Amino acid sequence: MRYLDEFRDGQAARSLAAEIGRVTTRPWNLMEVCGGQTHAIVKFGIDELLPKAITLIHGPGCPVCVTPLEIIDKAIEIAARPEVIFCSFGDMLRVPGSTTDLLSVKAGGGDVRMVYSPLDAVKLAEQNPARQVVFFGVGFETTAPATAMAVFQAASKGLGNFSLLVSHVRVPPALEAILSSPDCRVQGFLAAGHVCAVMGFWEYVPIAQQYHVPIVVTGFEPTDILQGILRCVQQLESGRAEVDNQYARAVCREGNRPAQDLLRRVFRVVPRKWRGVGEIPNSGLGLAGEYAAFDAERRFGLADHHVEEPAECLSGLVLQGRIKPHECPAFGTRCTPEHPLGATMVSSEGACAAYYRYRRHP
Amino acid sequence: MPTPPHLPAACPLPIQQYPQVLLAHGGGGRLMHELLGKIFFQAFDNPALNVQHDAAVLACPSPRLAFTTDSYTVRPLFFPGGDIGSLAVHGTVNDLAMSGARPLYLSAGFILEEGLPMDTLWRVVSSMRDAARACGVAIVTGDTKVVDKGKGDGVFVNTAGIGAVEHSGTIAPPSVRPGDGILVNGDVGRHGMAIMAVREGLEFQSAIQSDSAPVHDLVLALLRAGIDIHCLRDLTRGGLASALNEIAEGAGCRLQIDEPRVPVRDDVRAACEILGLDPLHSACEGRFAAFVAEADTDRALALMRAHRSGEGAARIGHVAGAGEPIVLMKSAIGASRILDMPSGEQLPRIC
Repeated sequence: MRYLDEFRDGQAARSLAAEIGRVTTRPWNLMEVCGGQTHAIVKFGIDELLPKAITLIHGPGCPVCVTPLEIIDKAIEIAARPEVIFCSFGDMLRVPGSTTDLLSVKAGGGDVRMVYSPLDAVKLAEQNPARQVVFFGVGFETTAPATAMAVFQAASKGLGNFSLLVSHVRVPPALEAILSSPDCRVQGFLAAGHVCAVMGFWEYVPIAQQYHVPIVVTGFEPTDILQGILRCVQQLESGRAEVDNQYARAVCREGNRPAQDLLRRVFRVVPRKWRGVGEIPNSGLGLAGEYAAFDAERRFGLADHHVEEPAECLSGLVLQGRIKPHECPAFGTRCTPEHPLGATMVSSEGACAAYYRYRRHP
Repeated sequence: MPTPPHLPAACPLPIQQYPQVLLAHGGGGRLMHELLGKIFFQAFDNPALNVQHDAAVLACPSPRLAFTTDSYTVRPLFFPGGDIGSLAVHGTVNDLAMSGARPLYLSAGFILEEGLPMDTLWRVVSSMRDAARACGVAIVTGDTKVVDKGKGDGVFVNTAGIGAVEHSGTIAPPSVRPGDGILVNGDVGRHGMAIMAVREGLEFQSAIQSDSAPVHDLVLALLRAGIDIHCLRDLTRGGLASALNEIAEGAGCRLQIDEPRVPVRDDVRAACEILGLDPLHSACEGRFAAFVAEADTDRALALMRAHRSGEGAARIGHVAGAGEPIVLMKSAIGASRILDMPSGEQLPRIC
């Protein structure tokens, strides 16, 4: 654990913050892409160390938060079926659908199980041949390879009782969507270190060039984030727009090639609806033709379900960095972690949850 | 610590006949009497219990008594560092200790699930007996019910406890004052992570041991030394964060905690990092927070560290002032944030 402590060292953090202060000559708006980074910023109070000229805008990188309502509703409908063992990562269980959530389905007798790996769901399918085992495949490129491996293994084992409710999403199209928006305020990105550990950062080079925006691949500890900010500001101050890698201890340019190969084999790029944001072209992963039989939406006949998002929840604006969580009129009043209007208030990576947990009082 | 007298390791019931608990064991007939006699009376053996009457008649050594109850459900029943039996004794003994009471008597109510191996029941009961002996309390009354298979999780235990309050103060949230030092008697979050690791089949390099232990002896030692204790709270479900928020609320005070001073073991911190959980939200079963008059804080810390139940004690913060009840925490890099109560069950994150 000493390894981690070095990245949380108060003295190192303060000297990085002082260096940021020295190089900053005018206001800059930076977006940290990943919800894990948002939580670290708010939890450790990293933004309090920064010069006033630097504004951090919280990005869309919370997989739970961007999962559209209709997918949650489909999950709930599938999970309530008596023949189904529904497997999900823990923090999807509390996310509200239109009327209920998965924890309530469990309380009502549904067989909803929290798993730590999609491969656990494959094991369950083997152990329970008379049941239908469905895995809720949620997340960015970080978790997608493990889901792909689960489908690949289920196919090799000929498991007819395993299927996938898939809602995987990709980061680069989301960055392009933010940058193409007419009121985009983002001038530099801290890219999500763990996504890049899988995907590398070659995909970001054309984005940095096309939109003339610096992108710094950044880790999750206080000194990582401060160093990411410093490198981003240094580029902005000198008029550069390159892809830089702060998180070199985990990320290389090429990324994890076997994982990328598996993703290409099992999934295909599809348009995907983002909660509160709408459909973003090429931003999702769906099952490739060869694996279409493992698609839970097809298996349970739910492909044509569409649901409107509630108007009161402004999570879409939060996810695009257009408002801060506490600027939402429902924040902390009609929307709390116990009674959330949207996923950003429940997820452990959600920006609203971070503000509620650490910043509720002035 | 007194050494408990020898107990047979094997279950004394004729298990060839009844290797498992049957519904009939709760039916009030001969089978139930056999279960009571051979398991419970034999294990808990003491004069008040041995009368075998509807109620135990107890001597009352103090005009003020503390009285508490708690129910225990844990899966798995046996975990690294303890089991449901020892937990049911330590938990209630510690609840009594939090009012500064000397624990004297416990009751023990069992809800057994049909099909529970008799040997498992014996292990739980033996463990309760050992824990009660070690704490110097007598289990003087009890009850057993059997529920249908599938209606319970093996065994549920309820214990109520009575303790003698021999000090004259009021150890409770309203006694907390601005300036009070806040101490904990050791590293936090260990029980919760020990249970989560075994329950979810997470394999860490070494098994995290639960911190389940009685703390009354340490509390009584502090009182004997004349420490001006204003409030005590054991850190069970919801961990340190919940306990501090409850006290801030009850006292109407602002608490200031210094995060780097909160002791957390490396293995617990590593497990929490992997799962995206907060050790300050994770349960303990042998830890408490003490709110002590400012002038006594250093002496209290020294006494704690010299006691076997407080070797890892630390001063983690102070009561900053009266006003809006809130717990503020200074992070490792020096910034301040809220330490909030967890919203519900802690759920591991996606990535």
